[in-house]
Amino acid sequence: MDARAETRPVVSPAARAPALTAGRAILLAGLVVAVALPFVAKSFLVFQLTLVLVYAIAICGLNLLTGFNGQFSLGHGAFYALGAYTAAILMEHGNVPYLWTIPAAGLVCFVAGFLFGLPALRLEAIYLALATFALAIAAPQIFKLSPLEHWTGGNQGIVILKPDAPFGLPLNQDQWLYFLTLAVAFVMFWAAHNIVQSRTGRAIMAIRDNPIAARSMGIDTALYKTLTFGVSALYTGVAGALGAIVVQFVAPDSFNVSLSIAFLVGLVVGGVGWIPGALFGGLFVLFVPNIAEHISKGLSGAAYGAILILLIYLMPSGVGGLFHLLARRMRRFGR
Amino acid sequence: MTALLEVRGLRAGYGDIRVLHGLDFAIAEGEVTTLLGANGAGKTTTLRALCGMIPTQGEILFEGRPIRGRATEDVVRLGIAHVPEGRGTFVRLTVEENLRLGATARRDRAGVADDIARVYATFPILEKRRLQQAGTLSGGEQQMLAIGRALMLRPRLMLLDEPSFGLAPLVVRDVFAVLAAINRDDRVSMLVVEQNASLALSLADEAYLLETGTIVMSGPAQKIREDESVRRSYLGY
Amino acid sequence: MELFLQQVLAGLATGGIYACMALAVVMIYQAIDHLNFAQGEMAMFSTFVAWQLLQWDVPWWAAFVLTVVVSFVAGIAVERIVFKPIRNAPVLSHVVVFIALFAIFNSLAGFIWDFTIKPFPTPFGTAPLFGSGLVSAHQAGMIAVTLLVLVFLYGFFRYTAVGLQMRAAALNPQSARLVGVRVGWMVALGWGMAAAIGAIAGLLIAPVVFLDPNMMLGILLYGFAAAVLGGLDSPGGAVVGGFAVGIMENLVATYVPVVGPELKLPIALVIIVTVLVVRPGGLFGRVHVQRV
Repeated sequence: MDARAETRPVVSPAARAPALTAGRAILLAGLVVAVALPFVAKSFLVFQLTLVLVYAIAICGLNLLTGFNGQFSLGHGAFYALGAYTAAILMEHGNVPYLWTIPAAGLVCFVAGFLFGLPALRLEAIYLALATFALAIAAPQIFKLSPLEHWTGGNQGIVILKPDAPFGLPLNQDQWLYFLTLAVAFVMFWAAHNIVQSRTGRAIMAIRDNPIAARSMGIDTALYKTLTFGVSALYTGVAGALGAIVVQFVAPDSFNVSLSIAFLVGLVVGGVGWIPGALFGGLFVLFVPNIAEHISKGLSGAAYGAILILLIYLMPSGVGGLFHLLARRMRRFGR
Repeated sequence: MTALLEVRGLRAGYGDIRVLHGLDFAIAEGEVTTLLGANGAGKTTTLRALCGMIPTQGEILFEGRPIRGRATEDVVRLGIAHVPEGRGTFVRLTVEENLRLGATARRDRAGVADDIARVYATFPILEKRRLQQAGTLSGGEQQMLAIGRALMLRPRLMLLDEPSFGLAPLVVRDVFAVLAAINRDDRVSMLVVEQNASLALSLADEAYLLETGTIVMSGPAQKIREDESVRRSYLGY
Repeated sequence: MELFLQQVLAGLATGGIYACMALAVVMIYQAIDHLNFAQGEMAMFSTFVAWQLLQWDVPWWAAFVLTVVVSFVAGIAVERIVFKPIRNAPVLSHVVVFIALFAIFNSLAGFIWDFTIKPFPTPFGTAPLFGSGLVSAHQAGMIAVTLLVLVFLYGFFRYTAVGLQMRAAALNPQSARLVGVRVGWMVALGWGMAAAIGAIAGLLIAPVVFLDPNMMLGILLYGFAAAVLGGLDSPGGAVVGGFAVGIMENLVATYVPVVGPELKLPIALVIIVTVLVVRPGGLFGRVHVQRV
């Protein structure tokens, strides 16, 4: 047999190139639209889209933990709340400039996530779900506790002043916050993408797919799992801090169980284990409850549930699943 | 002898991957037929295709009636017992519960208790472990349990997927001796899929050789075993 | 000491509620190998249906039987219509559909019967049992019915062919098919039974906590916790777990005053999770040995 034929690659570089540039083109087009949007859209829509990005960052964090590492968390609302309160308390009691509170919130949540990840090592699936669920239920109550009231503002919470655009840029407050969030989201998604593509990412996924095999290959599963918990919490904490700044206040009741559940729903609708899915998840979490109310004021819950079931029928693995299906079809077509 | 099971032009695969490219073979009643082949030849896929576990094209006739496209649960009710790859035991259930499940498709409640006793007579070790979780049994014991469970159906045809897999040579010898006895005494026809050619050929009456989804050779097992050139080029010994 | 005893007994009484719910949870777990978050809402909906029948002057036990039968059929219908089409979807997608069902049942109940709290009559009467101050007739009746359901379930799974087939279908659907078990119908049956047991739980609980669309969430969570504590494959464990959770809840509320009523649930969950870290199979569950 011809030696050259034996070493011929399965997909020739020329065939692969279109797929790569297609992906890059979509990303570029998306960025252009994203940057142009706040100049053409009304302030309230800009505010909503900013929140979509905030939720997307949070869901990206959850994706790293649940989607890529297989640790089921129903409690990410708690980390979101922690990030939000960290930012608020630093601004209110520490006079820390708002920009610094974002990485601070990330750091605090990383530590919290890591610490929670330690006992979580002993818990499997259902049990981890229950434990994180307990965390989600407990979180708002902890922020209401009387001994902490001086710091947390108790039931009323803390009000935050909306920041102006720096350096006298010709942007209004909503636009500035949008760009700030967009920048943070871009960086964090890019980082998540790189983590997933790296050896670390493969180790994390190996742990999800077959923990025993991973361990026998020398992967320190305990370390990776707790670190992933920490990083995941970091993402959600950063989202929480940004969210607090955008919404301009923190109060215990905005962080109840439905937030954690919304993140999970957003994760699945967007596509578990697909980084860009978090964006679609964010869109779902923000807009679909509103749409449901429009459909029927009295039966908004039923409308929401019906929409959700319909989406799962059409895309059982979320938008990510649909994407992979189409990509496979296109590859077959191009052969 | 009439063919109990007849297969014509069987094609099957998993999603985009085609594994079987048009198989033709027949299993004679009362005989042991073996399907040999290396890893990836399509042996397990063939058994799955027969039981309706994967989508197929072509013809499958059992006792002259077409059964292709029927659900697995219905194929079982025709009297076809499949001992799958990896035994397929219910590891969290006890040995006895596994055996009781084997009789699910049967109508006669009374015969079930007798048959459990017969399985215990054939495999005394199972009786010793009857209340233990099946997952705690050794590989050989699980293989016996899987065969016992298949017997509970009182099958006309038994399909066995690599019964020697992962077992020590002495254990394998015992398992195959039991299979021979079942075929001889209970008149159960068998299709044994195996990688271990010499073992399978010593048990079988008829043999088929599968290579990447097509049958490349067939004939009486005795002849294939004695044919040196076939053994060397196809069976590697 | 007397306070302690009182709290324990009160805990036993509320524990009866959780035990009931826990049985329904274990039932669905045996059928589908995971937990159904919408179960509480389905039970609540069934209870409202019973309430409506009572409003139409149907006698209590007749309404009970009718509701249980209707719930059984509805449970099977939900499985065949909603879950059968997505049965190959990943687990998390199923979880999301449970959440969707939760929203639908909750919203429907509120829409049809509104959110005002309604009293619900008990067939056992509210007089204290045997005149003692310890437990009321209803609480005793609740415990009795729960135990009856438990005995039924135990017998069903242990001694009947269908029960064994259902367990097999949940544990290893592929192998189950190979022995002839109709896996799809086993799952549907499991749903039907879980819905029926949920209805029974709702009908027993409503006289105590009063009827409103939001009555079941807290109870469902305690039911989950109780089932997990007792061991998810042990109906008896679920009942014991239910009583344990009831007692624990009351003791925590009494002796740890900084904890407000809202923190009761998370603390109970934390205690349970701690138990699980020590005994992964739950108190009475079988620990599953797995060969690699």
